[in-house]
Amino acid sequence: MSPTLTDASPVFADPTDGLAIMEKTRSTAETFGIPLAVLAELTHRCPLQCPYCSNPVELERSSQELTTAEWKKVLSELAEIGVLQIHFSGGEPTARKDIVELVQHATDVGLYSNLITSAVLLTREKLSSLADAGLCHVQISFQGNEPIVADRVGGYKNGHAKKLEVARWTRELDMPLTVNAVMHRQNLHQLADIIQMAVDLDADRLEVANVQYYGWALKNRAALMPTMEQIEETSRIVEDAQVRLKGILDIDYVVPDYYALRPKKCMGGWGRQFFNISPAGKILPCHAAETITGLEFESVRSNHSIAWIWQNSEAFNRYRGTGWMPEPCASCAFKEIDFGGCRCQAFALTGDAGNTDPACTLSPRHEEIFKMAETESAEGATRFIYRNFAGGTLEADESFVKDQNGA
Amino acid sequence: MAEPRSRRMQVEEASRPVLPRHARLKFDDSRQVWVILAPERVLAPDEIAVEILQLCDGVRSVADIIDLLAAKYAAPRDDIGVDVIAMLQDLADKGFLTQAKEKAT
Repeated sequence: MSPTLTDASPVFADPTDGLAIMEKTRSTAETFGIPLAVLAELTHRCPLQCPYCSNPVELERSSQELTTAEWKKVLSELAEIGVLQIHFSGGEPTARKDIVELVQHATDVGLYSNLITSAVLLTREKLSSLADAGLCHVQISFQGNEPIVADRVGGYKNGHAKKLEVARWTRELDMPLTVNAVMHRQNLHQLADIIQMAVDLDADRLEVANVQYYGWALKNRAALMPTMEQIEETSRIVEDAQVRLKGILDIDYVVPDYYALRPKKCMGGWGRQFFNISPAGKILPCHAAETITGLEFESVRSNHSIAWIWQNSEAFNRYRGTGWMPEPCASCAFKEIDFGGCRCQAFALTGDAGNTDPACTLSPRHEEIFKMAETESAEGATRFIYRNFAGGTLEADESFVKDQNGA
Repeated sequence: MAEPRSRRMQVEEASRPVLPRHARLKFDDSRQVWVILAPERVLAPDEIAVEILQLCDGVRSVADIIDLLAAKYAAPRDDIGVDVIAMLQDLADKGFLTQAKEKAT
């Protein structure tokens, strides 16, 4: 008896999959089934103000958020059409007063639930209620390995200490823990310590995620972009830790694609494996998709089903598969490997989401963008624009920043 | 600082394996396949793995499981034993099996 487990995604992405067969007249590149996992952004409200937040710059107000009843209906519908996992995210998902009720409902309809949280609003009682409601996994974001850097990046006093506390409760309640560390120029020097912190917290997984530059992060790119030397050092540290901690801590590593040679297979390809639902109920191909202007996204509040929106809506079909591709993608041997990279990045950097992602060396804009990143990383700007509902607030005092960094 | 402990179990005949609470074995009605749900992963176990995983209830020992399968398939116990332990160890190494907690008496 040899291999007993295979990662399911390739199995289900296979054109023989029952859901993909609906599209069998198309090429392999254009087949897609119902996603295995969906990201539910319950709210854009968040006590933290991270300058690289993946939410859109135009945040949705609480008055627009789906009600408890609407979210429950969505969860039931997702389970019915074959979604297996739900990631409760935000903003800060625990800012919703009904979070326990929603987790319970996910459990009731058979969804495997993940909580993606900043942790700072959680009490032990609340976390315990979530565990009782069937929560399967907790992912906590960390902004550094100690409070000086971490609390400054998050723009939230005593946040780091609170996160450590909640991480310990998570393990005491016997839930698996993922530490998510978003890395950039101003905290990459802490990476080795962050890895040790994850081990000390008895985490199962660590995500070392370099900032991806859309929305808020794009506004803050000059303050966040790592140097080439940092990236080389980071890869060395991660690779060493992956070997050293085998069987103790799984480490997932997201490379910053400005410094990559090939673009990332963003979202597994637009509209192929993933969608997320915004606080107001819009169904999006990725959490940054709303940064692309000119695309209309359908809502769960429309009279269409979620499955219909996924399969038929204009926004999903626009960049699905390979038919939309211009050169150099259209004739590229990698077009079904990376699906042309990231549409949001192509839009952010070239003004047209239908262009080749400039992260690719074959993009005519690659050279220019790589140089820009290098220049910005070397200029040493440190001041953040914090994420908030007012469109961002510039960090108060640069001398404070210098003091803190020098400390 | 103490060496970080490995959370992986060593599978032996006396082990009483069980799926950890974060790993759920479930039949996916819409795709008509068995799946294991785990943080950030969905896995598709084959028929044999599903049969063995269903026997891993934290009460049966690995020895019990081998006995059951040897009887069911009328196969030499030694052969089945080697295969079952190898498979369970593989599952344990991937984090989908754990040792059942000893009940306080």
